[in-house]
Amino acid sequence: MNHRIAAIASNTFREAIRDRVLYNLIGFSVLMAGTSILVGQISVDIEKLVVINLGLTAVSLFGVVISIFIGIGLVSKEIDKRTLYTVLSRPVQRWEFILGKFFGLAGTLAVNTVCMAAGVFLSLLYVAHRLQRADSSILVALYFIVLQFVIVTALALLFSSFSSPLLSAVFAFALFVIGSFSADLRGFAGMSHGFSRWITTAAAYVVPNLSALNVISSVAHGESVARQMILANTAYSLFYAAMVLCGAILIFERRNLK
Amino acid sequence: MVICLGYSSARFLLIIFFGTFLGTAHIGDAMNAIEIQGLEKTYSVGFWRKQPKQALKPLHLSVEHGEVFGFLGPNGAGKTTTLKLLMGLMYATSGSARILGMEINDPRMKAQIGFLPEQPYFYDYLTARELLTYYGKLSGVATRELPQRIAAVLDRVGLTRAATTQLRKFSKGMLQRAGIAQAILHDPKVVFLDEPMSGLDPMGRREVRDLMVQLKQEGKTIFFSTHILADAEALCDRVAVLHEGELRGIGTVADLTSKTQGKVEITWHGSLFPAALQALGATGQVSGDTLRAQMNDSQLDAAIDILRRERCRIISIVPVRGTLEEYFVQQMNTPDLSQTGSSRKGASA
Ligand SMILES: Nc1ncnc2c1ncn2[C@@H]1O[C@H](COP(=O)(O)OP(=O)(O)O)[C@@H](O)[C@H]1O
Ligand SMILES: [Mg+2]
Repeated sequence: MNHRIAAIASNTFREAIRDRVLYNLIGFSVLMAGTSILVGQISVDIEKLVVINLGLTAVSLFGVVISIFIGIGLVSKEIDKRTLYTVLSRPVQRWEFILGKFFGLAGTLAVNTVCMAAGVFLSLLYVAHRLQRADSSILVALYFIVLQFVIVTALALLFSSFSSPLLSAVFAFALFVIGSFSADLRGFAGMSHGFSRWITTAAAYVVPNLSALNVISSVAHGESVARQMILANTAYSLFYAAMVLCGAILIFERRNLK
Repeated sequence: MVICLGYSSARFLLIIFFGTFLGTAHIGDAMNAIEIQGLEKTYSVGFWRKQPKQALKPLHLSVEHGEVFGFLGPNGAGKTTTLKLLMGLMYATSGSARILGMEINDPRMKAQIGFLPEQPYFYDYLTARELLTYYGKLSGVATRELPQRIAAVLDRVGLTRAATTQLRKFSKGMLQRAGIAQAILHDPKVVFLDEPMSGLDPMGRREVRDLMVQLKQEGKTIFFSTHILADAEALCDRVAVLHEGELRGIGTVADLTSKTQGKVEITWHGSLFPAALQALGATGQVSGDTLRAQMNDSQLDAAIDILRRERCRIISIVPVRGTLEEYFVQQMNTPDLSQTGSSRKGASA
């Protein structure tokens, strides 16, 4: 990463912090504290399951909402407010700008996720009184969630590079939802015939395979995640995000700034 | 045959070699600071039915090193469009431009230019110092040097006391100053300023003017757009007048203003304004025993004869120089000047 990308990324991070994005952590901690206390009172067997399930799902949803709502404004806001003029008239290439923006938001989400992860483990400690070796697979689930953020952020950035914030939000959210059910979509593609098979197969490969990145419930049941899956998911997510970012760069390179 | 081919291709390679490694360095220095060749921009406007709107007709222009060049024109003339094309923010429909001998997307060139956009707006969550730190890094200023550079430039634009204020609390005039600060922070060779005086009070305007004079003395090339003619008149070595996307005139302020009218003014000592002079169509003023009359060039001889006959003592005869404003108004009202005339349908009154 060159120093210009780093400067843009850290400025993006700073903007998010000053826009009080991390305040979502307050909501998150209230949720986790409430859940732990409530669950701790009802049952002994499933309390851990509930805390992990709910905690990780909340980490994922909070993060996706942040990545979409900040991601869609990353480029379009700078165009509308014309703050880009004084950036792009410097020795900054347009692709460097896009990458800087991406890394800035990805970094924000990483920091946010680390804080939330701490919250999840604290809740777990509260209900189970100690952590076990098997709980380390929660870290894998969290890592996959961060990979989801990487993909969703790249998508939001892509849409933001050519459409209005509202449309970008709709597109990005739609893709997130479809992507979360991509396993079903693939199954459906396998069952259909003819033209519709062709279409659904294409769609299944184009939308991000977010369901592969969701191991929350199996982790909650204490199952571990295979090493191959970690590697495959890492490779897939980075490749997918890289392709999407290339698309965003190609579009943005050609844009005339109003 | 083979030898011949070998020789000519070797010579060809040699030319390429010198062209690349020696030529550009020297030619680049000798060339004009800004070279615009047929730059043209056509927007497509309208939501449903896109219609072309030619905001800038093919523009040819060059600005020398160290020149202060005024780019004049009423609102909507195409000044901002030209600057955005030069800054690589928009792509030209046709034509090209070079700055410091380099293409307009060349990062090496961009490290050596500064740009103040029209009505600038900045990241309002940053303080002035943070903003300049960010821009300094983007322009490749060494991190060690940044703090002094920033302090110096803030002082220069009169924002020292606002260094740690967030930009959201800045007034319009302060934003303009911050904009100038970021444009000169990295000590650029060429500075592009889009309406640098707008949004400033009279004191602020004066300060910006002085700053531009200083920049010129430091040897910088300044290309600035304005619709305020007094600013251009006071500062520019040369000006170009743009109207409806078309270059209407270019030259030194003196050149353009003396072309306005072939009039002369005679001043003499005497006690009365000769009636014969009035009959020539001269207009005059009296202040004490000094009298003054203005008339067309062609009537000068006749006027001198009249004054001699009246035994008046002539003090001076000077050509009347119009103001830039007069020239400007004249250009705006002339249907067509430089082009064939077929491109414009009617004169704007
Ligand atoms: N993004 C744009 N889309 C369509 N038309 C534009 C756009 N920007 C400027 N124009 C038009 O181009 C012309 C020149 O505008 P501009 O370059 O801003 O003029 P100036 O800076 O001299 O006031 C104007 O008629 C303006 O309406
Ligand atoms: Mg303008």
